[in-house]
Amino acid sequence: MAVSSDIPETECWFHRNQQRIAPWLFLAPGILFFAVYVIAPVFQSFNLSLYEWDGLGEKTYVGMRNYEDLYWEYVDRDAFFTSLKNNVMWLFLYLLAIPAGLFIALFLNQTVRGIRLYKSLFFFPFVISQVVVGLVFTWFYDPSFGLLNTMLGWVGMGPINVLGNEHLVTYGIVAAGLWPQTAYCMILYLTGLNAVDPEQIEAGRLDGAKGWSMLWNIILPQLRPATFIAFVVTIIGALRSFDLISIMTQGGPFGSSRVLAYYMFEVALSEYGFRMGYGAAIAVVLFLIMLCFIAYFLWSMYREEKGH
Amino acid sequence: MFPKPIEKQSQAAQVAYKSLLPVALLFWLAPLLAVALFSVKPDADFTSGNYWGLPSSFEGAANYGQVFFNSDMPRYLLNSFLITVPTVIGAVALSAMTGFALGIYKFRANLWIFFMFVAGNFVPFQILMVPVRDLTLELGLYNTKTGLVLFHVAFQTGFCTLFMRNFIRALPFELIEAARVEGVSEWRIFWYVVLPLMKPALAALSVLIFTFIWNDYFWAVVLTQGIESQPVTAGITSFNAQFRAAYHLMSAGSIVAALPPVAMFFLMQKHFIAGLTLGAVK
Repeated sequence: MAVSSDIPETECWFHRNQQRIAPWLFLAPGILFFAVYVIAPVFQSFNLSLYEWDGLGEKTYVGMRNYEDLYWEYVDRDAFFTSLKNNVMWLFLYLLAIPAGLFIALFLNQTVRGIRLYKSLFFFPFVISQVVVGLVFTWFYDPSFGLLNTMLGWVGMGPINVLGNEHLVTYGIVAAGLWPQTAYCMILYLTGLNAVDPEQIEAGRLDGAKGWSMLWNIILPQLRPATFIAFVVTIIGALRSFDLISIMTQGGPFGSSRVLAYYMFEVALSEYGFRMGYGAAIAVVLFLIMLCFIAYFLWSMYREEKGH
Repeated sequence: MFPKPIEKQSQAAQVAYKSLLPVALLFWLAPLLAVALFSVKPDADFTSGNYWGLPSSFEGAANYGQVFFNSDMPRYLLNSFLITVPTVIGAVALSAMTGFALGIYKFRANLWIFFMFVAGNFVPFQILMVPVRDLTLELGLYNTKTGLVLFHVAFQTGFCTLFMRNFIRALPFELIEAARVEGVSEWRIFWYVVLPLMKPALAALSVLIFTFIWNDYFWAVVLTQGIESQPVTAGITSFNAQFRAAYHLMSAGSIVAALPPVAMFFLMQKHFIAGLTLGAVK
């Protein structure tokens, strides 16, 4: 109670400046957490990529050597480039989720009985963890009893070992990844289609637009926000691919299904030895690739904000 | 409505559409249905090569019983809950405040802080991996649920802030101005005016974050390693090692591991989809 005489004054100051101080008080815990666990580590990784470090002992400064090693890698000559090539494949093939999602959304955008349940069940794969999706598809592809080969057997085609074949394995894993991703894009488009302006459709019909031309000229422009989000989440998802590879092949056979995200993990935290600095260098490369997209997304959002 | 409503088309088209629906669904969910079928088969079916026929006997109860009473699965499930629920509470609480600050107040750094959250939310996990693992080790939280929760709360704050801020932006600003004129303090405006209006956003975010965190695998592998703290996504690999080649049990285990987010989705479908598709419509 001794300090009670001070309180009105501080309160006054606080009251007067409340609207300037309040946002920072509200932001403080969130920014603190985010800075410690997300922002700072990005810079720490950049720094770490200039060192050689086994995770325990002393760090040794090696300059750009880790980046040169990406090119000259001595443990597995092609590892980095295979990963990079697979990342590009993931990026392009994963985008198929967008037209596929649109296709299913158009198929399901009806009002027959039970359609809501159908929509939920089509969306269902997205809710399941990628680990389970990976397991499910590993069995689906199994050369001795998998459903895929059983079905191929019906039409008289020989068994193929998708996950054991260097040339097929990435396609196989991407197909597994497309399953939930398509479901996600589908739900985005279903929501978008719900909000399409019926008057414009009528006007289009009067102008003789139907089928493809209707879709292309009238519907798709109105679905732009949905397409943008589908694009963002699909790109991010493609570059983040890790779970499926880890579960289905662990990068194999002979490292042919690695991507940067998985290769980095392998180098830094598995039997390959704990090459933290080298891992950080791989992560930096992945980050820089992602940064191009992040910059584009932020720029789009910025224009949007300014437009308001 | 596009495409043209099927009711306005010929009888034949309607019949074709209605019969195509279940067939398409069957194909779409085939890999999953296969696992469901495996999970109720007896062991003998696999040794005798009866993979795709009807189960020779229905062993659903025995297989799932094995998963629940004779494996580490319950422990992993419990860990998952103990990681997921605090993360949901933490991330939603933090982002309700950050979202409020960024959505209501006009100050110069506003947009930049917002973009920091958005950009951080998109970074690849690998660039955070080594420093976050070190930090967790230094805090003595490696291989604890707390360590995992702290990271998840921090990382999810990015996405949640994006979500909350955009939601708050769409609220009628006059309400807040009216409250200010009345002399209500900012904290009370947040608590008594804005928070009640945010209920749909809070619900949507909660179910989304629940699903994201439950399904996380990468951080579970990076920050935990033992049965005492690993969530079910990481635990299922040990489970599968324990029951190697016992497909009926591995299938049952997978289904059990996948179930909580699925249940969440079907119970809270409206909120879930509202959350996922925020921004898909202008």
